[in-house]
Amino acid sequence: MLEIKKITVRYGENPPVLEDFSLLVRRGEIVAIVGESGSGKTTVIRAVLGNLPGDGRVTKGDILFEGRSLLSLNREEWRRLRGTQISMIFQDSGAMMNPTRSVGAQFVEYIRAHSGLTKNEAREKSLEMLSSVRLPDPERVMKSYPFELSGGMRQRVGIAMALAFRPKLLLADEPTSALDVTTQAQIVRQMTLQKKESDAAMILITHNLALAAYMSDHIIVLKDGKVVDSGSRDHILRRPESGYTKNLLAAVPAVKGARYV
Amino acid sequence: MSEEREKIIRVENVTKEYAVSASRSLIACDNISLPFFRGQTLGIVGESGCGKSTLMRLLLGVERPTSGKIIFRGQNICDLKGEALRRHRQRIQMVFQDPSEAFHPKMKIKEILCEPLLNFRLIRKSEMKAKAAELLTMVELSPDLAERYPHALSGGQRQRIGIARALALEPEVLICDESTSALDVSVQKKIVELLCRLQREKDLTIGFICHDIALVHSCAHTLAVMYLGSVVELLPCGDIEETARHPYTKALLSAVFDLEMDFTKEIDSIESEAPSPLNRPDGCPFRNRCPRQKEICGREKPPLRSVAPDHFAACHLLF
Repeated sequence: MLEIKKITVRYGENPPVLEDFSLLVRRGEIVAIVGESGSGKTTVIRAVLGNLPGDGRVTKGDILFEGRSLLSLNREEWRRLRGTQISMIFQDSGAMMNPTRSVGAQFVEYIRAHSGLTKNEAREKSLEMLSSVRLPDPERVMKSYPFELSGGMRQRVGIAMALAFRPKLLLADEPTSALDVTTQAQIVRQMTLQKKESDAAMILITHNLALAAYMSDHIIVLKDGKVVDSGSRDHILRRPESGYTKNLLAAVPAVKGARYV
Repeated sequence: MSEEREKIIRVENVTKEYAVSASRSLIACDNISLPFFRGQTLGIVGESGCGKSTLMRLLLGVERPTSGKIIFRGQNICDLKGEALRRHRQRIQMVFQDPSEAFHPKMKIKEILCEPLLNFRLIRKSEMKAKAAELLTMVELSPDLAERYPHALSGGQRQRIGIARALALEPEVLICDESTSALDVSVQKKIVELLCRLQREKDLTIGFICHDIALVHSCAHTLAVMYLGSVVELLPCGDIEETARHPYTKALLSAVFDLEMDFTKEIDSIESEAPSPLNRPDGCPFRNRCPRQKEICGREKPPLRSVAPDHFAACHLLF
């Protein structure tokens, strides 16, 4: 589905923020990229989406989506790919939306920008998507402004939008980090459910190793732009190779874990 | 056990309401009673909107409760005014959530650290350098940082500065409101270790507010679980997975992702979300999400009752 081949990303002439990074996601698979702030995990997603900010660019390697290089696409080709075949779930879907327009207006606009549907058809589709992520009372959600919804509801809207065109690849950047724990568990359950149904591939970016272990088939641990560990859940949790991963594992608080007092 | 511990703060039946309009009000804290024991940490867990930050603002004297008392060393701090209130603030200090926004970007670290001391005229300007160095050493940072600006520091370093500033006045109580939430896990662990060390050295009382029940468990002596403005469970912070009784506490525990969990099992969580505090259900605040709701739950709000020594829960189903 997606293959990243040894890419290096640099901003201007600065040292690379991501070096020799490779990744392979197959259909229906979830690959998690774990790392702390500044490790380059968001850069990976931005590189895949072709929107590295400022003068960022991929200086080495290649990114293949269904066998086709993404690095040579023109604007129109990108437009057809993004939002339909590759889509994104943000950390705070509320911040992604325009605060002055209702959720429904934005959902309809998004659908129509990518398809030839009429307003009414797009509205039907929006409602259908909103109920598929189990939002109670989708009609009311459509009329609401983003700030009127709770964080969990906004995140469900974000997931509904990201799934609207049955994308082949989902990029999720810290999709539950801004949520309360019980809501996080609900959203995670929703994403796992959706994944089973849609058979999409997913790259999950998170700083939460336990969440990565729960959701994904393969985990990549990044530090300062370099891969320090990569492997299956068991491999990462039981037999990590780098000292960094070991420290990271030890730092995850656990209910049964160590106490300092 | 409880007799020998000195209660430094007693929160007694504190309620805080905010008027939303002429006819409606939002009850952020509903009849809360909590003890803070000297030299110990009281962890407060709860989700957004449960009133945990309001409670902390009341403790700090930033807001006044609508009713109820907060007794600090025998004195009701809710009645303090003017100079007495200003003096009182030396004794309870706060560490904020986001260390990048807690400081004035154009002040040097030494000015940030010494501002509270200068404000209370505890040091002279000529002593700033030495005091800043002392405070930086206390939080395991190099004294060289004194001349830097906050933006030149990492998140973890900045949070250490936040702790150093809060401790500059040698307060008896330190309130940490989500002080580790903005940090990476490895940094988070170090900050918690630092707080625990300082607590032992200075006999500090800490109020540790956090949404992460696993983290609070690692550093608190007592755990208070809040839900929609009420304390629903207060328990000693030992083996909470075994001892927790309230269905909400259990739901919080089961929703935690940790490395010891069974990865093949579906994650367990209660359905729906907490209602808005503007729209609280009658009776038990948790009832519309509770898996075992009964008829009595809609009629009466359960009071906090003792279920074991030092362990209290507010749930009809336990009695």
